[in-house]
Amino acid sequence: MSLISSRTNNLSWMIGGAQGSGVDSSANVFSRACVLAGLWVYGTREYYSNIKGLHSYFEVRVSDKQIRSKIDEVDLLTTFDAETLIRHAEAVRPGGGIIYNPSLVRSDIRKVDTLEDNIVEKITGRLVGQGFTPNVTGLLDEAKRRDIQLFPVAYDQVISQTAQKIGETQLSKVSRIINVLAVSASMAVLGLDVNYVERAVEAIFGAKKKVIEMNVIGAELVYNAIKSIAHPPFSAKLAPVENTKPRMFVAGNQAVAFGKLVGGCRMQTYYPITPASDESEFLESHENFKLLDGYSHDGQGSIVVVQTEDEIAAITMAIGASLTGTRASTSTSGPGFSLMVEGMGWAGMNEVPVVITLYSRGGPSTGLPTRNEQGDLQFALHASHGEFPRIVLSSGDMEECFYDAIKIFNYAEKYQCPAIHMVDKALANSNMTILPLSAERALIDRGKLILDGSNPQDGGTPYKRFKFTEDGISPRAVLGLKGYRFWNTGDEHSEIGHIDEDPENRIKMMTKRMTKLETAAREIPDSEKFNFFPASKSSADVTIVSWGSSKGAILEGMELLRRDGIDAEFLQLRLMSPFPTDSVKKTLSKSKLIIDIEQNYSGQLASLIAEKTQIEIVNKILKFNGRPISRDEIYDSVRSTVKAPQENERLVLVHGA
Amino acid sequence: MALKLADVKTDLHNDWCPGCGDFGIEASVQMALTEIPVDINRVVIFSGIGCHGKIVHWTNTFGIHTLHGRLMPFAQGAKLANPDLEVIAIGGDGDGYGIGAGHFMHAGRRNIDMTYIVHDNQVYGLTKGQASPTQGLGEKTKSLPEPNINSAVNPIMLALASGYTFISRSYAFDSRHLKETIKRAIAHRGLALVDVLQPCPTYNDINTKDWYGGEDRRDEKNRPIPRCYDIEKTTGFDPTITPEMSIEEVEKKTLKVIELSKEWGDKIPIGVFYQNERVSTYEDRIADRISTYKQAYPAKQTLAGKDARPTVDLEYLSKELLIS
Ligand SMILES: Cc1ncc(C[n+]2csc(CCOP(=O)(O)OP(=O)(O)O)c2C)c(N)n1
Ligand code: SF4
Ligand SMILES: [Mg+2]
Repeated sequence: MSLISSRTNNLSWMIGGAQGSGVDSSANVFSRACVLAGLWVYGTREYYSNIKGLHSYFEVRVSDKQIRSKIDEVDLLTTFDAETLIRHAEAVRPGGGIIYNPSLVRSDIRKVDTLEDNIVEKITGRLVGQGFTPNVTGLLDEAKRRDIQLFPVAYDQVISQTAQKIGETQLSKVSRIINVLAVSASMAVLGLDVNYVERAVEAIFGAKKKVIEMNVIGAELVYNAIKSIAHPPFSAKLAPVENTKPRMFVAGNQAVAFGKLVGGCRMQTYYPITPASDESEFLESHENFKLLDGYSHDGQGSIVVVQTEDEIAAITMAIGASLTGTRASTSTSGPGFSLMVEGMGWAGMNEVPVVITLYSRGGPSTGLPTRNEQGDLQFALHASHGEFPRIVLSSGDMEECFYDAIKIFNYAEKYQCPAIHMVDKALANSNMTILPLSAERALIDRGKLILDGSNPQDGGTPYKRFKFTEDGISPRAVLGLKGYRFWNTGDEHSEIGHIDEDPENRIKMMTKRMTKLETAAREIPDSEKFNFFPASKSSADVTIVSWGSSKGAILEGMELLRRDGIDAEFLQLRLMSPFPTDSVKKTLSKSKLIIDIEQNYSGQLASLIAEKTQIEIVNKILKFNGRPISRDEIYDSVRSTVKAPQENERLVLVHGA
Repeated sequence: MALKLADVKTDLHNDWCPGCGDFGIEASVQMALTEIPVDINRVVIFSGIGCHGKIVHWTNTFGIHTLHGRLMPFAQGAKLANPDLEVIAIGGDGDGYGIGAGHFMHAGRRNIDMTYIVHDNQVYGLTKGQASPTQGLGEKTKSLPEPNINSAVNPIMLALASGYTFISRSYAFDSRHLKETIKRAIAHRGLALVDVLQPCPTYNDINTKDWYGGEDRRDEKNRPIPRCYDIEKTTGFDPTITPEMSIEEVEKKTLKVIELSKEWGDKIPIGVFYQNERVSTYEDRIADRISTYKQAYPAKQTLAGKDARPTVDLEYLSKELLIS
């Protein structure tokens, strides 16, 4: 079934190629060209844990409205190697298009050695079964039978023509323009002026004059070559729209990095790991930044980014920094977070605000290092021995990535405990257009921090770093502050901070620390704990419960469901610790049918909800093949569940290459 | 106002075993604190986990008792966030040369301006006497069921290989030497190691106070012949590597350090082995990239105005990601 009514400014484009060959810049040029034409894009990136040679691909959705998810169908597949064609031809919808390199038509599918055996078998089996040859020609014949329009592009020819035009005798120096050629060919098919490609090229390659020149020449050659052949009009189209408002083209990890800078993070530690290190590298390349007028007496703002020897050092160094009153954080992913747990417990015991940005990828172990999964929720909630309060907050889209990166520091400092910000790989590595981020809604609250003050030690009363208080939170001084000497220890301690194993003190200290979680639960407003998207009628047919990167797909899937007469409401959980038990209970106890949607095997949020509210969610839609959930999968699976809840208690989604 | 020893001690009950070398180290650290030209309010001591780790509780400065083996990253994090602090890390040999060996090495590569004192007692004291990484192959201290099956690591060479710019050794019960060595370590610009030979009377029955003191070896007047000798005093060895020295001179000196570091048993060199003034500190390296680092370091920056609004110019920052 086709879910799309009009295919003008409403399509999905895919490009693939070997890692390291520049596919990412193709996707970047394509996306920018669309944004320059006033359109909105949402792009996802899939890649192997590999540097050069293995297949990677990008899907870019384009629309004249803001979009927040990926879809299953591809309108136009752009390829320049055989592997992309072989892997993805099937994903192109009937009536869609494929751009390919005609010199590859004889490529034997069995000879592409980066293709997994089972994929070779599946595809050759499919072709032979329909009477096609098991090579690229066979694939193209199959596509034709599915009404797919084929666009051959003789890349090699265009490259040598371009070389001639710029007087370059070494073809290898020009061959990288193939990425831009592929984009330009796509635009010729989709009908967007080549001028947008050229502007995007200029914006991306900046000062590299010669690179720009050859790309622009090549782009025009390809564009005109395609235009000069009479094709029947292509079924999907792009056309510029008037859009005067500036927009931001941002990846999740960049949104987090911006949030950290705005939120006052001044020291970031990290050990390289996918998909977390992009953020740290982005921060390091922005280590000096401009302050608003009036605050620039120090000249500028800056952040110290330290690449540590391991994640144990990353977290403990961040804690050390935090003890000085610096907002400090570390970013990692599953394997690194596993190494951080002892340090996190120390921060819990010593009530040190430290922020951990936990990018989630496929586990266990190194798992699927570059793929999406939400398998770490329960781990984030329980990591480290003993009991101590922690904040766990999860983001569902780019804007949340940004604002949460600010808020998480407020939580950490107000409640003086480790705070974990969870971001899925599917957000970290996706790019989308959003309205410019604004610091308007962002306020900095440092809680009971003492950065200077009178000298209580002089008055004879020693400063008590762990003073018992009603709300469990003690005034927090920083290292080096005169009159506020204190001690920390991972052992149970007295109010002063010295080791104390007295059973009565233990009860009081433990209670004091855990009370902070209740304080946090009471003080943090519901609006920061969850989002609730109501149904259009007063009573919903189904309540969807989910978290993290599934948000966009769910919201867009709900729109499609509504057209089918299925009116869903959606509870997006954001604050996992402290958990908004009462509100969740209230919402869910009114539901006719609840569906838990998660990108993990066991439904970890559903377990958490059951633990806290005693509400067992029977119907689950789960995805754990490492590929992000799509709008269409939400639509299909929720529809099936609503129609026959008993038969569909556990649906496992499988889409994605 | 000059500090007295009582000012830098807490009145907590000290629970080290009687006769423990840790008392000697504590006394020397505290004496050094009263003599250095540093505001005591800016001094922060970090310790690891082990008997040694409790030293922060007996000492009246900011005291951060960290995790087993992790004191160095804690300490470095604090120092980088606030380079105005005087940071001293005090660890154990199991702590720093065993579980924390990775941090030991990488700290050398950074060369942050701070001091690292190691209580080297050849055993894991607090876990009841297992062999630490500095105990020799085949040795069998009191609580070992079988002789030690591992070779000893050489802290001096490890520090040299890792890039420490001040490498020294002292002895827990030579309080004068130890105190002076600590003061020199603190004064050094860069990362300074003081490996302190520390008798553990409870578990190390080989490297005892008597053994270090040479009670088992007598001269003609029946005086004990101590095992430790001061390399600078006895041999006139000069450990400094100055910016002016030629590559060859540096090479020669480095070889000498390696040679000295191998001496053990009947003759144990103590003192400063190596002091390299040519290497930039990590703080200098940061300041090369962030010109305002030394005056507006992380802990000193203003994050928000009175209205709690962030001080960062987001609009300016966003420019590179804006498309219009
Ligand atoms: C991660 C971890 N593993 C093990 C321990 C148990 N532990 C406590 S002290 C210690 C050894 C201490 O030896 P050393 O560092 O030489 O200090 P000493 O007691 O000799 O001063 C160990 C292994 C611990 N606290 N943490
Ligand atoms: S066990 Fe050894 S190191 Fe520990 S306090 Fe006793 S004597 Fe000192
Ligand atoms: Mg020891």
